[in-house]
Amino acid sequence: MSDPVLDLRGLSKSFGALKATDDVSLTLQPGEIHALIGPNGAGKSTLMGLVAGKIAPDAGHVRLDGTEITTLSVAQRARAGLARSFQVSSLIPDYSALRNVMLALQARQGHSYRFLRPVNRDTALREGARAALARVGLGPRASVEAAMLSHGERRLLEIAVALAMAPKCFLLDEPMAGLGSEGTARLVTFLNALKHEAPILLIEHDMDAVFKLADRISVLVYGRIIATGAPADIRANQQVRAAYLGEEAAT
Amino acid sequence: MDNLRKEWLLNALLALALFAVPLWAWMANEPFIITLATRIAILAIAGVGLNIALGLGGMVSFGHALYLGIGGYVAGIAAHHAFSGTTVLGLPGTNQMLPIWAMAMALSGLIAGIVGALSLRTSGIFFIMITLAFAQMGFFFTLSWPAYGGEDGLPIFVRNQFPGLNTARPWELFLIAYGVLLASLGVFAMLRAARFGAALMAIRQNPDRAAAIGISPFGVKLVAFVLSGMITGLAGAMMADLTRFVSPAMMAWTMSGELIVIIILGGVGRLFGPVAGAAILVGFEVFFGGVSEHWKLWLGLVLLAVVLFARGGLIGLIAGRAQNV
Repeated sequence: MSDPVLDLRGLSKSFGALKATDDVSLTLQPGEIHALIGPNGAGKSTLMGLVAGKIAPDAGHVRLDGTEITTLSVAQRARAGLARSFQVSSLIPDYSALRNVMLALQARQGHSYRFLRPVNRDTALREGARAALARVGLGPRASVEAAMLSHGERRLLEIAVALAMAPKCFLLDEPMAGLGSEGTARLVTFLNALKHEAPILLIEHDMDAVFKLADRISVLVYGRIIATGAPADIRANQQVRAAYLGEEAAT
Repeated sequence: MDNLRKEWLLNALLALALFAVPLWAWMANEPFIITLATRIAILAIAGVGLNIALGLGGMVSFGHALYLGIGGYVAGIAAHHAFSGTTVLGLPGTNQMLPIWAMAMALSGLIAGIVGALSLRTSGIFFIMITLAFAQMGFFFTLSWPAYGGEDGLPIFVRNQFPGLNTARPWELFLIAYGVLLASLGVFAMLRAARFGAALMAIRQNPDRAAAIGISPFGVKLVAFVLSGMITGLAGAMMADLTRFVSPAMMAWTMSGELIVIIILGGVGRLFGPVAGAAILVGFEVFFGGVSEHWKLWLGLVLLAVVLFARGGLIGLIAGRAQNV
């Protein structure tokens, strides 16, 4: 097996008596989509926070491309090549779609302390942002403020912003949420191609999408990973069925 | 007409009016009106400074009077030593505005850097309270500093000099203030349009998003806070020269409040917001101050109306929402 792009080892985080993340280890290999599933309250968001740097772990390590990033801040991890999308769309509401993406490009170049030249006349930035918007099909909506975009368009803009960061890996937190069946189908196709640019750690509630997309699935229950494997193995795993899929099978 | 053009037209009108009224007063020999216009210009410069922190960065500093006061005391102390021929910390005094401004901006920037580094770790009400606390420290420090007048303040007997102009003449002092105002507006517009402004305004709207794409909010905000303090400090030095007097009152919390009021009345984050706000404030002081000593009550009602019904201030009322596209 090749070296993992993202390597989590023994991550733990407690909030008081609650073990939100309990000795979690998982890897993200080049070219794969690794989905993280689990019932509500299983600790998916906490784990995402630990990886992104929003939450400091009590124990364990996060390595990106072989480099230790456990002690880096959110912004430092982003510059190191970790692009995350948010569960609830989190954009710059007053900025147009184009400017949202331009900001990501500017951050990637690491040049936010430039005081003189107007950013709007920066053609390299504009063209780069247009290209990212075109890839997700938002080209015609470039000049619309993020706050005025539809829910689905905002989800796509989140992806475009992540693309513009040209990251080493993507952390996508429920990218399908609220997209509808047609939008979900289109995003599934898109992500299937995207994983060859950079692997994707995916948190998703839409089980159909997860089993269609994921190369590997890890199941998180009460902060612990109870199983990791190919979709077929996870489907067949008795422990997983009992803890998680059982609820779905009943409905 | 779209909002962007409306705003530019309104800005041009404000700039023109602030020049035309004292020009008329100069020709009609009405020095009092020229001095009022100078006061508006200097308060507007202080407001432009605060507008960088508050308007662009969303940092509600309730202590910007500190930088106004630092600038004022730099001007006062330099003039005091130049007048008496003594030295301060081994340096001679000076009665030249340009080195005084440089010193005022450097010292304000330094203090803003310290205050910002400590207070930007907090946000919301805590940030407001910490900035207020630092300004109060400055206030009580100057109050108990007998070498420079203590609570009586420090007079500037002869107004500091500017190369090529006679600062004792109200019209020529106005020209200096007006020129500096235009320059500070230029700096504000430039910062806002640059990458730095894009990052700063994004952090105001969504710090988590900014961090997630790799922009550290703390550093950008700190630099903005320092620039903000420097411009307000410059205004303080000019204010001291206008009134030829500096006292702890310049650092009082009411002064910090007045600066915020200026921004809110004019329009938070708008280029000419501080100009409109300062004009409204001084206008109220003159017109209603003459009628009743309770003129601040009427100002309070206007402020209430602005906050409730016209969140964008005067500029927002006329030119609509700010355009960031």
